[in-house]
Amino acid sequence: MTRAITLRLLVGLATASTLLAIACAPAAPPSPTAPPAKPAATQAPSATQPAAAKPTEKPGATPAAQATEKPGATPAAKAAGLSGTVKIVSSLPRTGSSKGQTDTMVNAMKMALEESNNKVGDATIAYDDMDDATAAKGSWDAAKEAENANKAAADQNVLLYLGTFNSGAAKVSIPILNRAGPLGMISPANTYPGLTKKVEGVEANEPDVYYPNKTRNYYRVIPADDLQGPMGASWAKDLGAKKVYILDDTELYGHGIAVAFQLAAKKLNLDVVGGPDGIDAKASDYRALAQKIKTSGADLVYFGGITQNNAGKLWQDLKAAVPDLKLMGPDGIMENAFIEAAGPAAEGSYITFGGVPPDQLKGKGADFVKKYKDKYKQDLEAYTAYGYEAARVGLKAIQDCGKKDRACVVEALSKVKNFDGVLGTWSFTETGDTTLTTGSGNTVKNGKFEFVKVLEAPK
Amino acid sequence: MQVTPELLIQVLLIGITNGAIIALVALGYTLVYGIVELINFAHGDVFMLGTMLSLTMVTWVPSLMGLRGAWLMPTPLLMALVLGTLILAMVFCGLLNVAIERFAYRRLRNAPRLAPLITAIGVSFILVNVGLHWKGASPVNFPDLLPNVNLLAGVLGLNTTVTFTLKDLLVILITVPLIVGLQLFVQRTRLGKAMRATAQDREAAQIMGIDINLTIALTFLLGGALAGAAGLAFGLYNNIAWFFQGFRNGLYAFTAAVMGGIGNVTGAALGGFVIGLLAAFSDFFFDPRWTQAVVFAVLILILVFRPTGLLGEKQAERA
Repeated sequence: MTRAITLRLLVGLATASTLLAIACAPAAPPSPTAPPAKPAATQAPSATQPAAAKPTEKPGATPAAQATEKPGATPAAKAAGLSGTVKIVSSLPRTGSSKGQTDTMVNAMKMALEESNNKVGDATIAYDDMDDATAAKGSWDAAKEAENANKAAADQNVLLYLGTFNSGAAKVSIPILNRAGPLGMISPANTYPGLTKKVEGVEANEPDVYYPNKTRNYYRVIPADDLQGPMGASWAKDLGAKKVYILDDTELYGHGIAVAFQLAAKKLNLDVVGGPDGIDAKASDYRALAQKIKTSGADLVYFGGITQNNAGKLWQDLKAAVPDLKLMGPDGIMENAFIEAAGPAAEGSYITFGGVPPDQLKGKGADFVKKYKDKYKQDLEAYTAYGYEAARVGLKAIQDCGKKDRACVVEALSKVKNFDGVLGTWSFTETGDTTLTTGSGNTVKNGKFEFVKVLEAPK
Repeated sequence: MQVTPELLIQVLLIGITNGAIIALVALGYTLVYGIVELINFAHGDVFMLGTMLSLTMVTWVPSLMGLRGAWLMPTPLLMALVLGTLILAMVFCGLLNVAIERFAYRRLRNAPRLAPLITAIGVSFILVNVGLHWKGASPVNFPDLLPNVNLLAGVLGLNTTVTFTLKDLLVILITVPLIVGLQLFVQRTRLGKAMRATAQDREAAQIMGIDINLTIALTFLLGGALAGAAGLAFGLYNNIAWFFQGFRNGLYAFTAAVMGGIGNVTGAALGGFVIGLLAAFSDFFFDPRWTQAVVFAVLILILVFRPTGLLGEKQAERA
């Protein structure tokens, strides 16, 4: 009898713990090694925003009226106030699966600094290459990123913070740096829109929640996903798709870009026959879902999400159920790990990237690519040129400001207009985004990514 | 959405195949629970390592022969490879499970219940990290070994859109005989009898001359071997291996064991199929993000009306 009671108790306990495990699973898998999430993991910015609910103050509302830049007229005279050491730091995942990519970005940043002889005004530039990833995780880590940001914030010589690579990491460091001066931050790679602007698909209190100081200190040189999603939609239309089915991985980045795609698809009169449906990233297969999509008659499936949320398996099951289905995804799956996971099913997929791949850069960009290849004897990755551009534009802001003053550098960043760089001629908008709207469409051929065409976001 | 009978049959087949794999893992939970009343949370990760080992085998052996992939091997060799991998995975996972029992659980056999339970969770973490270091953080492709032949339309010549491939058949061919074989082993052999006796009353069984340590080790060996077989079946069927797969599948398998009446071998197998079917139909009819909620809601309903699970009433007959 006692045994029967114990058994019931145990079963009850076990059920409860199972349910608990389920409830916790998406946010915090019980393993110490949560799968890496590229952009925008779910971390809330740790213990930051006390006054987030206040209405938006337009940060840097003044500079918009400023006259356009006169290139070349500035540096020497203004930079006179700079002396001693000026520090520029970068915080990128330097361990784990992103290392190949960030190696080239760090090289490019160093190259940008060397081109000005590691000098700005009379000051010597010291560069610190910080790692925001841990070996145990194999990808960026919130605690490590916070540590980097705090370290940079505490060192008064630091005038510029280059990074991060992952949108989720930026959510951690923006508020820390915002309260430290604010210290200017330029990201070469974050594409999650909520970091800078309020668009559909982002959380309600974004982006104000990241700027406790009310001043914008965060800038990025890559177009965000509110453009990348629509680029995908217009490409889908060009490819002759009529009925699209939208899936996402239920994460901030994935769902956000799926919603952006959906809105644009409707505007372009594509028939959205389903979604955005959230897939279960830890499911062992998606065959039944594939049957549902087959029944819906869709000719293109868009998946907003990242490789680490089982994109490879999803691709396999969709291809197996409907062999001629077109499959499209964002830059979250534009990495070799995706091709490895999906295997042959990756062939012929359509993958959008918010920027332009290196071999498509023109003019100054093409010169940069050539110089880089000569210097480092290696091929460029997708974000290499963006790393270079971030360092260049940051250097220019320090020069324009001409003194060791963080707030002044941030102000100078907000005034960057018609910057003539390797990505073309562009400006920072008032939200800290780039005015560039050019992305690219890519495909997979023989197990490699291949550029197809330049994509413009539909107006 | 136009739901045709053919579509329903298709989803049914998907559910059965997935359910068969879950059932195989669930047997390991239920066997171990039946005999030592321990929920072996590491079991799902033993299954994961089974997939990893199989993946290593099916990529390494062809590379030894200088081939780019296993699918280029001649058919008899390929069959030998699948069979060899199956046996190797079963032996590996069986021995791994025995080692876990020997080093982690045996000392705690008479300790309070929570101690071995938490140890099991610890072992699970260790195994997950072994998997992480073995194959990396991203899911890895498991090569498609079998020709993609549709048995119904292609071979039998039926006029239907339902697809049932060699892959699906193979999963059934691996799992069902093992489930039946286990049942026969437990019910018909002397060792099975010893297992049932140990489950009923450990001390009494010992007095009757049964080697308790050996019997318990045997139970872990059987459970692990089944997980190894499930690991290969999972890889062949789903063409993916991931260090984290043990968590979800282990959870479903454990749920299956509870649903069927934990400790009951037939019940665990039944529970596995029920969960496979539930998940498939829920994926098909609802947004897939609700699938887990559906599965666990059904579990709760079953436990409310039958607290010992579907087949869990015969307390004395656990094994």
